[in-house]
Amino acid sequence: MTELAGLSLAAPVLVASGCGGTGRELAAYGPLADLGGFVTRSLTLNPRPGGPQPRIVESPSGLVHAVGLQNPGLEGFLATELPWLVQQGTRVVVSIAGSSLGEYAELAQRLGRAPGVSAIEVNLSSPDAPATGVFDVREPFHAASVVAAVQRDLPRGVPVLAKLRTDVVRVVESARTCLDAGADAVVVGNALPAAMPDGRSAGLSGPAVLPVALRCVAEVCAALPDADVVGVGGISSTADARSFLAAGATAVQVGTALLHDPTTAARVAADLGPDADRHTGTDID
Amino acid sequence: MTQAARPGPVHVTGEVLATKKIGAYHHLTLVAPGVAEGFRPGNFVAISVSESHLARRSFWIHRVKPVGGYGAALELVVEAVGPGTTWLTGLVPGSRLEVTGPLGRPFALPKEPVSCVLVGEGYAAAPLFPLAERLRERDCAVTLVVAGDDEAHLLSALEARRSARAVTVVTADGSVGRRGRVADVIEEVLVKAAAEVVYAAGPVPTLHAVAAAAEAQGAWSQTALERPLTCATGLCQGCVVPIVGEAGISRTARACSDGPVLRGDRVRWAELEASR
Repeated sequence: MTELAGLSLAAPVLVASGCGGTGRELAAYGPLADLGGFVTRSLTLNPRPGGPQPRIVESPSGLVHAVGLQNPGLEGFLATELPWLVQQGTRVVVSIAGSSLGEYAELAQRLGRAPGVSAIEVNLSSPDAPATGVFDVREPFHAASVVAAVQRDLPRGVPVLAKLRTDVVRVVESARTCLDAGADAVVVGNALPAAMPDGRSAGLSGPAVLPVALRCVAEVCAALPDADVVGVGGISSTADARSFLAAGATAVQVGTALLHDPTTAARVAADLGPDADRHTGTDID
Repeated sequence: MTQAARPGPVHVTGEVLATKKIGAYHHLTLVAPGVAEGFRPGNFVAISVSESHLARRSFWIHRVKPVGGYGAALELVVEAVGPGTTWLTGLVPGSRLEVTGPLGRPFALPKEPVSCVLVGEGYAAAPLFPLAERLRERDCAVTLVVAGDDEAHLLSALEARRSARAVTVVTADGSVGRRGRVADVIEEVLVKAAAEVVYAAGPVPTLHAVAAAAEAQGAWSQTALERPLTCATGLCQGCVVPIVGEAGISRTARACSDGPVLRGDRVRWAELEASR
């Protein structure tokens, strides 16, 4: 069992926000309960239709994406997606994005009361924030003020995960201020800020960003050895995940790799979960 | 249109059994355990190219056929247009590849034996041949329209004559059949066949023309959209198509998992054509 922010997880592997659909699509390839948790795509208070096409283009070993936070809004999620996810027996981590501190607080308050929500992941690093109108976190104290607003309105017992961008220069300071503001764990990192070929703001994800994310995780873990850190960025194999765990991460998230192979998270979780010894042994029972 | 529960999609390592160039297209036969079992016409498969090309490449399933010792094999029709399809068409028998399928919402079949017109342009005609078989099993009269830029881009026009009561062939350069585009002939074909259901697969402008002609004729239309897909499995929200939802509310649908087959009267075609 993995302990993260006071939660016990079935495996140190979660589905990263925005890469698991509503959960149903991924569940076709294996039970979500075998994973450490499922992080939803970022929810906003009101439904968002998302951005124009093209939304995703390839770049070498990566994807450049500007989906524009398409989501059904809080009400839609609570009515049509959360009950199903909770039934799957996995840890449901709800990612939230707001355009103001008040919006973050309202999302936290209402989600914290919803049955089955294991944790809240605060998206403080949306790579296309300027285009989507969500709260633009430019300084560590911006991130900390969001975390504080969320923490204040969240019922006790629902941990807060602060998702930070992989800015090597600022990531340690960001992590420290978010933890001081009440975050129970930090998620390092998110898509790198990038641009679509036509110049729209976008994010870059996939194996191309792994070394940057790993560096950030290593710096945060070295500076804050007692912190719970979740590593994310370009993980597509068990070996990748082990690199993050070796750097000090408590758990990892698998994202873009699922778009290439929907079984990735399940395979990595099986390799790293509590039954892993049985899989790695050479004995045949 | 109730269906027994079918096995869902699987992600497996498949193997190329044969590859054959016919005209401008490569016909790829591959085994991918578990994919063929749940196949219905209009389903597709997604194939992984490499770790440097992360987006999946999607292909209509053209045929499912028994192969000795292998169970059922899939036949795909591939046109080499980019790095992914060029790699795929260069694979030799015995090559292994990652395959996910069957994916997507297939063509809906009518309950009654009605007159059906099937329109396919280029390699996208692929899913119409197994569809024609299913419709004939239901005693539906099947009329086919097979279109392409030229003879090399006409898919299986000879086979079309075996699977349909009437066949219209259209080429842009007039090298075979009638010269022109689907839009030039569709109205006449629908009237002549007294079509009640129209199925189409091809580029967006062609689907738009077919959906409009069907609407004018008072027929249902089922259009199989081909959009650039990233994950192909419903995860990424990259392939959204503007549609008119229930109660006339505008919304979007994912081409990969809410489609690829959508009702032609539901797609907001002008917006889709303007998007790129």
